[in-house]
Amino acid sequence: MATATASATSKSKSGGFWSRRKRLHLQNHLVTYLILIPGALLFLYPLLWMLSTSVKPKDQIFTYPIEWIPHTWMWSNYGEVFNQVPFLTYTINTAVITVIGVVGTLVGSSLAAYGFARFRFPGKDALFLLMLSTMMVPIWVTLIPSFLMFRWFGWLNSYLPILVPAFFAQPFYTFLLRQFFMTVPQDLEDAARIDGANRLQIFLNIMLPLSRPALATVAIFAFFFYWNEFLLPLIYIQDQSKFPISVGISAFISEYRSDFALMMAASGMALAPPMIVFFLAQRYFIQGFVLSGVKG
Amino acid sequence: MFRSDLLRREAIQGYLFILPWFIGFLVFTAGPLTAALGFSFTDWNGVSAIEFIGLENYIQLSRDSRFWQSLKVTLVFTFFYLILNLIIGFALAIVMNQPVRGMRLFRTIYYLPAVLSGVAVAVLWSFLFHREFGSLNWLLGFFGIKRIGWIVSESWALPSIIIMELWRVGSTIIIFLAGLQGIPPELYEAAEVDGANRRWRLWSITIPLMSPTIFFVLIVGFINAMQVFTQAYIMTRGGPNYATYFYSINLYQTTFRELRLGYASAQAGVLFVIIFFVTLCILWVSRYRVNYELV
Repeated sequence: MATATASATSKSKSGGFWSRRKRLHLQNHLVTYLILIPGALLFLYPLLWMLSTSVKPKDQIFTYPIEWIPHTWMWSNYGEVFNQVPFLTYTINTAVITVIGVVGTLVGSSLAAYGFARFRFPGKDALFLLMLSTMMVPIWVTLIPSFLMFRWFGWLNSYLPILVPAFFAQPFYTFLLRQFFMTVPQDLEDAARIDGANRLQIFLNIMLPLSRPALATVAIFAFFFYWNEFLLPLIYIQDQSKFPISVGISAFISEYRSDFALMMAASGMALAPPMIVFFLAQRYFIQGFVLSGVKG
Repeated sequence: MFRSDLLRREAIQGYLFILPWFIGFLVFTAGPLTAALGFSFTDWNGVSAIEFIGLENYIQLSRDSRFWQSLKVTLVFTFFYLILNLIIGFALAIVMNQPVRGMRLFRTIYYLPAVLSGVAVAVLWSFLFHREFGSLNWLLGFFGIKRIGWIVSESWALPSIIIMELWRVGSTIIIFLAGLQGIPPELYEAAEVDGANRRWRLWSITIPLMSPTIFFVLIVGFINAMQVFTQAYIMTRGGPNYATYFYSINLYQTTFRELRLGYASAQAGVLFVIIFFVTLCILWVSRYRVNYELV
């Protein structure tokens, strides 16, 4: 983000000299706006539609041409979702899965990332490549044996099959954290070692505090992942009282296919937390892509 | 092997740090992967006695029209999604790299859908695509376009899902923008002095220098697109008439509805081979086509 604004200002400064350049710049700006403004409206359109539908009274949903503004604002649709399905339970379940999933991801991935970033040991490059290549393994390949294994463990109808693997390092996040750890200057760690700190202490007391931005990035990615996760809970969870929002809504739509106001209200509530997190932590979200895409 | 005890200690500590990953790799990836390969030579429903049938599953697969349909749907989806995502993402990134007022707001709006996914998004788009009362047909009506069936139409169902996925092009834009901002401005200035026009600069500077990023987007996008599930499961259940019968939908059916675990394992194995092979091909092409030197 910082480099973005820096390059932006340097460009506009250099452009102000000749009048032909100035005109070109104005023209550029005009074209940019002509593309971006309609595009932005288009990108927001589905969300506005969701919002509008979610507060419409039932008789106004099936009208054509479409009336975007409800004649009565039915905020009660949101409350109605809680009456029709145990939406509060779904939300709590989703929150539990998400929090533990994020913590597990951070613990497992940062340990492995530190190992790959800061130690010399035989086979390191091969193991790292092996880890990266597991990103190519589709979830569908491991699904059946994993399911049988978790059944054997007696873990069906619990969150364990979803959450336990989180603690054992995820390749993409490990890669991302390793990239970041390698940019942290070695001197600080060397100093601590001379003072007698062991590697685990260095990892916990020096590396992790210095890596807060990268950890935040991973936490946010993991948040989106676990909040939206559908396939695993769909397969492993049978009790409605243990459903996360995703599976809850999926069960809900097969019952209330045509009740679009309630469906949109439920979807809106499911999408609100990721949106809030995005607005609060946009910087870290973007940094994650920068770390993964460019330096990779 | 080691030059000193110090090095050996470092190695042991390093192994300890990556040990959790390695255990996870064995238990949750390598083990199941091997087991799946084994299952693919059997006929089993998960309960009764397991029966070894050799290559029978693979032979059956080659004659299974539902399987070929699922493969076709997935490949068509992946192809068009990847191409469009790349072009739209690249074009928008170039536009968004312009220093104009309010760009922060624009970026926020374009990125926002990228963080939204899963069931809620599929539900939202199902109603957007509604033939009679969806607002997409309403909007297109202003341009004189007649109502489209979208997800209930055999010919439009797959394009509908592609359109929905392209709504989330924001992550691609972010990656490309980061790449664009890594290109030294002097290169453009030099080209401008040499009289290179805009298109020439795009083809001779921007695209070559962005090639590593382009390949990254392609590989990640490919691996994900081949596994698309939630959207089709929620919106169309593979229909109408198998028009959105994705590979994963077929796998889900075979595994959890028909309980043919051996047959499903064979299908999953084929998916893995396809993903592995194509990813390696893209990587191999990128070796020869990518300009890493200036990056």
